[in-house]
Amino acid sequence: MVFDLPFIWAAIIAFAVLAYVVLDGFDLGIGILFPFFPEKHDRDVMTNSVAPVWDGNETWLVLGGGGLMAVFPLAYATIMPALYIPIILMLLGLVFRGVAFEFRWRTERWRPLWDFGFWIGSTVAAFTQGVALGALVQGIKIEGREYAGGWWDWLSLFSLLTGVAVVLGYALLGACWLNLKTSKGLQAKARQLAMASGVGTLAMIGVVSLWTPFINSVYFEHWFGWPTAFFSAFVPLLLAVCAFVLWHGLTTDKHLQPLLAALGLFVLSFVGIGISFYPYIVPGALTINQAAAPDSSLGFLLVGAVVLVPIILAYTGYAYWVFRGKIDPEEGYH
Amino acid sequence: MTFLGLSAEILARIQFAFTISFHFIFPAFSIGTAAFLAFLNFLYLWKKDAAYLRLFEYWKTIFAVTFGMGVVSGIVISYQFGTNWAVFSDRAGAVIGPLMGYEVLTAFFLEAGFLGIMLFGRKRVGENLHFVATLMVAIGTLISATWIISANSWMQTPAGYAIAENGQFVPANWWEIIFNPSFPYRLIHTVLAAFLTTAFSVGAVGAWHLLKDKTNRQARIMFSMAMWMAALVTPLQIAAGDAHGINTLEHQPAKIAAMEGHFETQKGAPLILFGIPNDTTETTDYAIEIPKLGSLILTHSLDGEIKGLKEWAKTDRPPALIPFITFRVMVGIGFLMLGLGLWSLWTRWRGKLYDNTWLHRAALVMGPSGFVAVLAGWHTTEVGRQPYTVYGLMRTSESLSNVDAPAVGASLIAFIVVYFVVFGAGIFYMLRLMLRTPGGDDGELEKGPVKAAGIHPGPAQGTPMGGDDGL
Repeated sequence: MVFDLPFIWAAIIAFAVLAYVVLDGFDLGIGILFPFFPEKHDRDVMTNSVAPVWDGNETWLVLGGGGLMAVFPLAYATIMPALYIPIILMLLGLVFRGVAFEFRWRTERWRPLWDFGFWIGSTVAAFTQGVALGALVQGIKIEGREYAGGWWDWLSLFSLLTGVAVVLGYALLGACWLNLKTSKGLQAKARQLAMASGVGTLAMIGVVSLWTPFINSVYFEHWFGWPTAFFSAFVPLLLAVCAFVLWHGLTTDKHLQPLLAALGLFVLSFVGIGISFYPYIVPGALTINQAAAPDSSLGFLLVGAVVLVPIILAYTGYAYWVFRGKIDPEEGYH
Repeated sequence: MTFLGLSAEILARIQFAFTISFHFIFPAFSIGTAAFLAFLNFLYLWKKDAAYLRLFEYWKTIFAVTFGMGVVSGIVISYQFGTNWAVFSDRAGAVIGPLMGYEVLTAFFLEAGFLGIMLFGRKRVGENLHFVATLMVAIGTLISATWIISANSWMQTPAGYAIAENGQFVPANWWEIIFNPSFPYRLIHTVLAAFLTTAFSVGAVGAWHLLKDKTNRQARIMFSMAMWMAALVTPLQIAAGDAHGINTLEHQPAKIAAMEGHFETQKGAPLILFGIPNDTTETTDYAIEIPKLGSLILTHSLDGEIKGLKEWAKTDRPPALIPFITFRVMVGIGFLMLGLGLWSLWTRWRGKLYDNTWLHRAALVMGPSGFVAVLAGWHTTEVGRQPYTVYGLMRTSESLSNVDAPAVGASLIAFIVVYFVVFGAGIFYMLRLMLRTPGGDDGELEKGPVKAAGIHPGPAQGTPMGGDDGL
């Protein structure tokens, strides 16, 4: 075998999950921030700023989930039952969030209900994604080819903390997106919220990062053992750089810079998780190779992925380009 | 452990049936509607007739509501394989997973990427690129149907696989997997069903507005287009259904026996029109039969042999009652559709298409018929596949996750409550959008349609095209 197909696929799945987190992250963040913007006008602009792109953003979640089933079926078959409740709650949250884009325009009387659904759906989806991550970091119990734990095993102080961390992180992405796409009062408020959620996000990254190595000795060795320590030393350093760029952008009225810095925080955190996990896909239980589908499946889908993912990125980029610039509240294209 | 006396297995089956039935209502409509919108957009660009643009804008809003509900209810499905059916996912994931992976890569991204431009980008990209975007969305829905029907068909008629030592199905020949024996029949039958579902919805909306004002040009156009579809596509669908049935007889004879209510193997089997199959007594009670017709339809010969359910052990055959009933519902609706299509042809030939109020009333009543037929058909084929997930190879009872009944039961209740509230509201909004008069006449060509083009009429509220304040 010239190519290590499971490794390539692990990288592609990781990319899909990261793309989901940063793209749907700012959509969900806008929902999380809804209570800070009680005016209908502001809420219209906020939802309009993501209405043309949210569906594409959410599709990365389907690629992450569906792709996992295709290429790491054993990981899919053990992670999903282990995270049963967070996954179901996430799905229900995404239902409320997704329909609100259309429904809130279809009724005067019940708009507050769908606005509430947009907020609670976004917040629950973000929180449960964080919980799922935390539970995965803690590890799940597998016997034979099946999940062997109970349906509340995911619940712990650590997983609740990672849930809060993701809510704060998405709020930061959402606020930075609004800083880019809106103007005047809305933008000023978004900047303040970005500052607050930025501080919260960094604090959470700090706490989770310090806690993680002590959950499992494997993580400890990955972070502090040679040669990986060489890379892991860079991650906190780069995090500090991103934090500074974020702070600088927000205090000097830059529009794009804070969003890029916030994305940087997410990418680095994601790399950190990768350092902790590798070569496991379910920490402590299943390696990438153990969970992988046969090469005939991996190769078949890889052909499509190699051709199609660049095309997808191109037309997705085009869609963002079409709707570039500040939202014009009068344009009413939504 | 049970939940309200029900096992995890039956709860998971109910949950899957409930979530996928609710889900499929939306793609069944959006596949046809996307094609309809692309065609309207094409007609507008070709004929430069603003009526087509007004119709496009009118149906676009309805499409947007449907599509959103289809997306969020579809994500549930892609995770439910893992939450409730983990053993199935582990064993069959290497075969059907890549098919769904290709669905995401070739279809979901295409639809989602161009949906925003289709809905909101007309003024930004210009008319021609906007048409391309609409076309991409329509093509995306069809590609999506192709892959997911392939995956479903593989579960019905598995081919091109080997079984590894650990019990996993592993791909041996992708061509045989994708083009498994029932796939072409099921795909054509499903896509035609989606087109008919849209046609009868559009026809009902057109009929409703014709009954109020038979001079409304938009209503006339949509009614006429819908009736052409009813007249031309329904016969094709009946032929496709017949071919699909013969294919099922070859590969899943037990399913056919259940659909037909036959417990005994017979030569020259009758067609049972109505009756109540009873799995316990192994008889179909109160049967009204037409001699020999069952064999004639299925084998195209009066004395052809049709296997009865008793050919299989009780544990290896599907329950008969549900497929028997749902199959009759589907076929009955199919012939009602044909009747309406032929009636519309006759009325059209006599030049009374827009005047015959009884035809309009009938078309109105037939509005939801496509949805009912589609759900009935899927219940026929899925219940008829029991007791297997992968036909003949893997049982439903072996496919379940190691999950407690209370978890499945609680999530089932949550899905039921949320779906009825959220999708109930969505269907209500769709109906309300369909009640809007498809307004505008050619005099206001320059300002009318473009002004009303905002899918969500913010400033334009109160115009005939939008605004729900009064409702």
